[in-house]
Amino acid sequence: MTRYSIFSLLRNALNYHEDWPRAWRSPEPKSSYDVVIVGGGGHGLATAYYLAKNHGITDVAVIESGWIGGGSTGRNTTIVRSNYLWDESAALYEHSLKLWEGLSQDLNFNVMFSQRGVMNLAHNQHDLREISRRINANRLNGIDSEFMTPQEIKTFVPIIDLRAGGRYPVLGASIQRRGGTARHDAVAWGYARAADALGVDIIQQCPVTGFQIENGRVRAVETGKGTIEAKKVGIVVAGHSSVLAGMAGFRLPIHSLPLQALVSEPVKPVLDTVIMSGAVHAYISQSDKGELVIGAGVDSYVGYGQRGSLPVTEETLGAICELFPMFRRMRMLRQWGGIVDVCPDASPILSKTPVEGMFINCGWGTGGFKATPGSGWAFAQTIANDMPHELNAAFSLDRFRTGYLIDEHGAAAVAH
Amino acid sequence: MLVIPCPYCGPRCEIEFSYGGQAHIARPEDSAAISDETWADYVFLRDNTKGVFLERWVHAHGCRQWFNVARHTVTYEILASYETGAKPPKLDFVTQV
Ligand SMILES: Cc1cc2nc3c(=O)[nH]c(=O)nc-3n(C[C@H](O)[C@H](O)[C@H](O)COP(=O)(O)OP(=O)(O)OC[C@H]3O[C@@H](n4cnc5c(N)ncnc54)[C@H](O)[C@@H]3O)c2cc1C
Ligand SMILES: [Zn+2]
Repeated sequence: MTRYSIFSLLRNALNYHEDWPRAWRSPEPKSSYDVVIVGGGGHGLATAYYLAKNHGITDVAVIESGWIGGGSTGRNTTIVRSNYLWDESAALYEHSLKLWEGLSQDLNFNVMFSQRGVMNLAHNQHDLREISRRINANRLNGIDSEFMTPQEIKTFVPIIDLRAGGRYPVLGASIQRRGGTARHDAVAWGYARAADALGVDIIQQCPVTGFQIENGRVRAVETGKGTIEAKKVGIVVAGHSSVLAGMAGFRLPIHSLPLQALVSEPVKPVLDTVIMSGAVHAYISQSDKGELVIGAGVDSYVGYGQRGSLPVTEETLGAICELFPMFRRMRMLRQWGGIVDVCPDASPILSKTPVEGMFINCGWGTGGFKATPGSGWAFAQTIANDMPHELNAAFSLDRFRTGYLIDEHGAAAVAH
Repeated sequence: MLVIPCPYCGPRCEIEFSYGGQAHIARPEDSAAISDETWADYVFLRDNTKGVFLERWVHAHGCRQWFNVARHTVTYEILASYETGAKPPKLDFVTQV
């Protein structure tokens, strides 16, 4: 791998940037691997990278049915934060945030992580109490989290209308200043390039269609490019988790729901932080290109169609226009959807499965982008050691039987 | 946007309805006696079908009746709607995913 640096940039400038090497290989799959990761989203690629980097396991393939990052990794609104309520979640998401802080250097790829702050608005007394409770819980866990009064909000975000047309009055907010955004494609590409450099095979355009299971243990993966033997398999397919679990003969407590986002035409800088409102299902930030990036709520019904329904778009944009009257004349350029894998307790599953040698990482719902580094880190250790990492021990499939749910509906039910 | 055919009111826009998830799930009898496993299955495990899915809807802003719908979860095509308690209709629909 050629390292990216100011010198490689200068050298390639002399050649009119025509001789940059490919960022990763496109090998044909071998007939067997120590570990096969199914799903080339951020979480799958990060898992492969940390398997190689932290555990020295390099005989690894990532098998992706489409193109890497083409799932929710390349479709999300890129909000990164760690202000979750419970200790278990706080530890996992905060570990992730710490990895984000050094990720561009670690991967030698600019993921454009921008700690511009993430605010959660309160519109009524209940929101205020919920936000205060979460700020306190965050601080006890060493996570930066502050309360903002309406006056402080107005100073920080002058374009907001605190009365919001009388419909969504802003009574306060929490802010995590270390939160922010990152470039989603770069996260997939950066992990892919770094994993490839350590020997991981990234195989695209290759759907997994089944598993060979012998005496309760996974033996091989059936794919569009033939049978690939595997000592261990990690399933990291987000919206398609139930489909893959079905192929392996077990069920998951997951609903796959459509979640949509929009971007506007690019304009000059007007918003230099991320604003979220769980109550009105609206999330907004401004990209470096100047587009407003707007996230909406989920459609309530099961859907694998990668598009959202128009009533949801209307509800979200209605709320955005009330909160930011100056955006009423903005035109939207694109609208799209992804499939999010929602768990009953709004927390993920990183776990062993009923099949020996098979592991699953799913249930991140509307908010897994932020967790990409930490999820890959913990899941790699789970696969390498056949045992959960302390960060994800609580996020087992078993918790739905034992009742030890990790209810993050306040921090993650609708929020991204 | 879905146009959902309420068996009682006819076709209406999806915003008049609320979703009830998978249809035809019976609560286990004698729930005090069953294992945690069976109870957890009943409470948490649902089919999450990619293809034709039988699901419940309620016409919340209309007649307020619950009923069932057969819908394709990739194309979002609605193939049938029928009353709660009725058997699902025979669908000669080839699942194409
Ligand atoms: C509109 C939207 C906005 C969001 N906003 C945020 C946000 O602001 N902040 C945040 O933290 N999170 C957000 N999320 C959630 C976040 O995007 C996801 O939780 C996260 O990206 C999931 O990553 P992943 O790698 O697990 O899944 P994906 O990126 O979906 O990757 C799964 C991959 O598996 C592949 N696959 C599926 N089936 C097969 C098969 N049979 N064989 C091989 N490969 C297969 C798919 O093609 C896909 O590439 C948002 C999601 C959406 C849709
Ligand atoms: Zn009706």
